[in-house]
Amino acid sequence: MNAPVHFDPALDAYSTPLDQIDVSNPRLFQDDVYYPYFERLRREDPVHYRKDGMYGSFWSVTKFKDIMTVETHPEIYSSEAKLGGISITDRPMEFRRSSFISMDPPRHDEQRKVVSPIVAPGNLNNMSSVIRERVCKVLDGLPRGETFDWVERVSIELTTLMLTTLFDFPIEERSKLTYWSDCATADVNAGGVVDSEQKRLEILGEALRTFTGLWHERAARPAGFDLISMLAHSEATKNLVNDPAEFLGNLVLLIVGGNDTTRNSMTGGLWALCKHPAEYQKLRDNPSLIPSMVPEIIRWQSPIVHMRRTAVADTELGGKQIKAGDKVVMWYISGNRDEDSIDRPDAFIIDRARPRHHLSFGFGVHRCVGNRLAEMQLIILWEEILKRFPRIELVAEPRRIYSNFIHGIAEMKVCIPA
Amino acid sequence: MPKITYIEHNGTAHEIQVPVGKTVMHGAVDNNVPGIDADCGGECACATCHVYIDAAWLDRIGLPTAGSNEASMLSFAAVTQSDSRLSCQIDVTDALDGLVVRMPEGQH
Repeated sequence: MNAPVHFDPALDAYSTPLDQIDVSNPRLFQDDVYYPYFERLRREDPVHYRKDGMYGSFWSVTKFKDIMTVETHPEIYSSEAKLGGISITDRPMEFRRSSFISMDPPRHDEQRKVVSPIVAPGNLNNMSSVIRERVCKVLDGLPRGETFDWVERVSIELTTLMLTTLFDFPIEERSKLTYWSDCATADVNAGGVVDSEQKRLEILGEALRTFTGLWHERAARPAGFDLISMLAHSEATKNLVNDPAEFLGNLVLLIVGGNDTTRNSMTGGLWALCKHPAEYQKLRDNPSLIPSMVPEIIRWQSPIVHMRRTAVADTELGGKQIKAGDKVVMWYISGNRDEDSIDRPDAFIIDRARPRHHLSFGFGVHRCVGNRLAEMQLIILWEEILKRFPRIELVAEPRRIYSNFIHGIAEMKVCIPA
Repeated sequence: MPKITYIEHNGTAHEIQVPVGKTVMHGAVDNNVPGIDADCGGECACATCHVYIDAAWLDRIGLPTAGSNEASMLSFAAVTQSDSRLSCQIDVTDALDGLVVRMPEGQH
């Protein structure tokens, strides 16, 4: 009789021939077993070439410093949509939508500058009271002494409400934003609704129609301080609505950027604290650690698993010869565990000396435009949690999504003791 | 050692002796001066060590050259002014003894 097979990821990671390791397999992230594969690459082959992997042939950049090199040389490592954009998935040409994240300077700079004022310090201050009010309401509505899904009740609800503010989107229709966001990033092999690029485009077509309506409404009114109004009234983007593919590209960027990432940090942070009770206790004893805990949560979660570039010139990276046209993947989730750049990287420590020194927001010209807003939401959430709940208990391990791009948690059952 | 004065957005001033060869950013970070985050560690890749150069020093320090990485990163920083620089791109020399920089709103 066969004993149940026990899969040991460390054994597999270190016994697989190096050139056969494929860190693009979304199962590694869904099953939360990716760690030893990246550990081996960082030690033995930090700039690693995988020929004919699940997502084609690509270079994996796994160390913090090498990722920084790629980030700071957009003239060599392009984000251009037509070359493949920012994700390891090579979509058919007709589905490659441009947006400012998948553009290089100088066009990238012009479009990004239009939306960045929404997260300027003064405006963040204005938004903080609205955010706190909502956080209080959501937390006060949570059940005591019964199991519920933290993702649905807290993380999705709060981040979707945030999106309604950023877009001035009808609040009663907010679940559409979550749906579009999830459809935009879904892996077509994940077994969900989006099983082809055509299907994805059909669903996102509804988003495009809805936002085109909002655009015309806002363009006809004086400039307001929401993202659609800002795009409609700015010189660099005032004709964006006439280029539906690029309009949709930018919408998807702003919806996903403002949603998925913070959602998963809201869940991942609670998971990290539940798995590290001594740190959770440290936090309860000293809530003034929240501002340094939040960037540590964002490092720990690494909400974006990777970003992709395409080399447009021959170059050298970590001793390897990269050729023009090669696909180069920066694994943020690995760089964030690089012991040469981060002290005790495999430990979750809420009072690090330099907690912001992590890759989760990217670096260089494409660095996350909303990074301070994301931090602010998480800070307010944890301030209000600590005021209310001495502890929140993990009932079951989180259920994770099948994706090598979004480090996502679909469900996490928790209980707040009565 | 050259002395540099860092003035927080709220007006609090910090006088720091910074060794020659370090950057203006390191002078603040190594001494826990609030208002300069330097998330990227000095790679000119995050624009969180943004400072305003005191008028008396602007000629000597200069502005970033057009098209440089620094100019590009600064163009995404919030609340920039005509005297904005990224402090990780300014090397400390004896000639900078007495330099005064101010920090913008929004850096920690």
